[in-house]
Amino acid sequence: MKKLTGLIIFLIALYIALIIAVPSQGLALNNYNLAERIGQYGIISLGAGLVIIAGGIDLSIGSVVVLAATACAILLTDKNFCLDPMIAIPIVLAGGAIIGLIHGLLITKMNLPPFMITLCGLFIYRGVARTISGNMSKGIGDQCVDLRHFLYDNDVFGLPRFLAIYIILAIIAAIFLHFSVYGRRLYAIGGNEKAAKYSGIAVDKYKILSYVLCSMAAAFFGVLFLMKNNAVTPSSDGFFLELYAIAGAVLGGCSLRGGEGTIIGITIGTAIMWILPNLTNMWGVPSELEFIVIGTALLLGAILDEKLRPVVNTA
Amino acid sequence: MSYFLEAKQICKSFPGLKALNNVDLQANQGEILAIVGENGAGKSTLMKVLGGVIYPDRGEISLDGQVVNIQSISQAQTLGIALIHQELNLAENLDVAANIFLGQEPRRGGFLKLLDNKIYDRANQIMQELGLNCSPRTLVSELSLGQKQLVEIARALSFQFRILIMDEPTASLSLEESNRLFGIMKTLQQNGITILYISHRLKEIEIIADRVMVLRDGLNSGELQKSEIKHEAMVRLMVGRELKQFFQHGHRVQRENEPILRVEALRYLDNQKSITFDVHPGEIVGISGLAGSGRTELAETIAGIRPMITGEVFLKDQRISIKSLVDAVRAGIFLIPEDRRLHGLVLSASVKDNILLGSLDNISHLGIIPLHGGDSLAKAMCDKLAIKAPSLSQQVGFLSGGNQQKVVLAKWLCRKPNLIIFDEPTQGIDVGAKAEIYALMDELAKDGAGILMISSDLEEILHVSDRVLVMHHGSLAGELAGQNISEESIMHLATGSAVAA
Repeated sequence: MKKLTGLIIFLIALYIALIIAVPSQGLALNNYNLAERIGQYGIISLGAGLVIIAGGIDLSIGSVVVLAATACAILLTDKNFCLDPMIAIPIVLAGGAIIGLIHGLLITKMNLPPFMITLCGLFIYRGVARTISGNMSKGIGDQCVDLRHFLYDNDVFGLPRFLAIYIILAIIAAIFLHFSVYGRRLYAIGGNEKAAKYSGIAVDKYKILSYVLCSMAAAFFGVLFLMKNNAVTPSSDGFFLELYAIAGAVLGGCSLRGGEGTIIGITIGTAIMWILPNLTNMWGVPSELEFIVIGTALLLGAILDEKLRPVVNTA
Repeated sequence: MSYFLEAKQICKSFPGLKALNNVDLQANQGEILAIVGENGAGKSTLMKVLGGVIYPDRGEISLDGQVVNIQSISQAQTLGIALIHQELNLAENLDVAANIFLGQEPRRGGFLKLLDNKIYDRANQIMQELGLNCSPRTLVSELSLGQKQLVEIARALSFQFRILIMDEPTASLSLEESNRLFGIMKTLQQNGITILYISHRLKEIEIIADRVMVLRDGLNSGELQKSEIKHEAMVRLMVGRELKQFFQHGHRVQRENEPILRVEALRYLDNQKSITFDVHPGEIVGISGLAGSGRTELAETIAGIRPMITGEVFLKDQRISIKSLVDAVRAGIFLIPEDRRLHGLVLSASVKDNILLGSLDNISHLGIIPLHGGDSLAKAMCDKLAIKAPSLSQQVGFLSGGNQQKVVLAKWLCRKPNLIIFDEPTQGIDVGAKAEIYALMDELAKDGAGILMISSDLEEILHVSDRVLVMHHGSLAGELAGQNISEESIMHLATGSAVAA
């Protein structure tokens, strides 16, 4: 609770600084863009957070995003497919689920380390995306005009549609994590996998589920990415996304030891992750310093987290 | 007369706890001084003060008539004080020799001399003295728990010390290994070494100690000379009152009913004779045997953790298939594991979450847990088991060992147990909490559950069991009931001697 309060105060302070830094006539637009970004990136932070809470890690998020976007573009425009978006998008999401299932199975049934498995995925999916696209940008031309209009040119109570989508997903995730049996068990598995197993919980099933949901979130993000940008370039898009997602989740209180973290925390963590570069940008800090600022903020967060952590006695 | 080691008026406070309050300790050269007390009485804290692990708030320590100021572990070692911790502190990835000399590796010009064979010879020599029969090049991770404990002791022996502090060294040792340790202690004593010895096993202390010092709630509560060292006398000083009888049988074995669990022709190890036994409702069946005799493996097989090679399990005359823990739990067969911190609890989670972990399905609707769902159940369990916790949201890691064990038990009492398997139920738990755990076992049995209890503590087996299964080398060596249960008969079977009719 103490940690969450601290994060909220930090976020408010950053936002006040932002209001001061941004010229008043540009504030509304800046807010809008920032909110859209938080909504968009929040989706993968939710996925990453879920896996981290269950005691795992997923490094393949960025590559899954790019593969999903590429596959979606091909399914929509390639003359062999030319699928309707209402068919293509579910196929892409199902593909994401299958990738997560493969991760989960390798990690639980073959007892391989999640770091290694998803690192392999990071390379493989990027390579697959580049191969199936012929290593070229894939555009969707004038496909899905209605969907894109729906997603980007349409507010919900003044909020960008993206943020609205995120909020709905976050509420579902919060109910799942904080108020359902599944969520409670995910926390237990992250906290002490053996104890969860000895309590008669089908640990493997839950771990696999967390990877499936994470990869599905990444695939969903890939679809949204494609809709926003009209095109995807597999050789350059989506780098570092997994690290942003993990950083947002960890900054928001997910412990890499597992078993800790909340949806509200992940949301605030993601907001801080994206408000920071916005702010340094407004301050006129050269963009090459951006990573230093983000890295330092994370470092401070980690140090404070350790200081605030109650020490469980080992006697 | 001045003492060899003397600590005066030692005080140490932790946030919210006065761990030591003007505690005095005196020890002579070549004396084995046992320090006993309930968990939280301050024994380990006092030992850590002497060993340089923590620095006291107040107080004076003198060694050989000289006042000394012990500020670090290495300083304590220089003064000749060796501390063997309660928990193992070994680098599992290194070999035995490297562990023995960890922190004091022989160096040559700043470079390690680990490749030097001399270090292995020296290690081997120390290991021989301790009866640790393996190569000094063995990886520690390949050793048994008892052997690891001996490596800890070997580490202390690797430097010249005058005072050896041992904090519960026998908690994880088999009887055989414990006896060997006592032999080593006697030898050290003859060489003039002073030994401070902490143990919960009062029987050991009757055998080994020259004098007993008792702590209670951070205060000196008394001292017993050699002739006065008796179980009851120690307990009286520890708890400050007469404890009621160790264990009172309130339950009745329902023999007329069909067995709650019947295991037939079970094999789970290679080259093992098949095992057949049953447990009746309301019966406490003890499982005894030396460490490594296959007791824990038996429990793990019935609980679905370990696959069975052959065999059939019947629950109330219905054949059931146990292929996983999930199957066992569904059948109402619950395991209270030996290592509760590793296998029993999510230490970072709250008391409530731990208690409810096994019964989330019962308190939820369509998978959703209501806002205060299970609060009343968790509260009822805390009251029933007298779990001492400031609140339901307290992290389990902060509770004492006895209370942690009760939380593990509470988790299963939320569901209706058919059979509960206790693996070393009172290991590292103090006398008062032990009696409470036994009372709960008795109550469970009274309610008609069957209980299997694995224990290395013979006293516990003798007092609590209605019937005893003794294991030897992975097989069932025999079964004892009623008048036939005695220390001698159990040891006979456990060591593989023929059954005395």
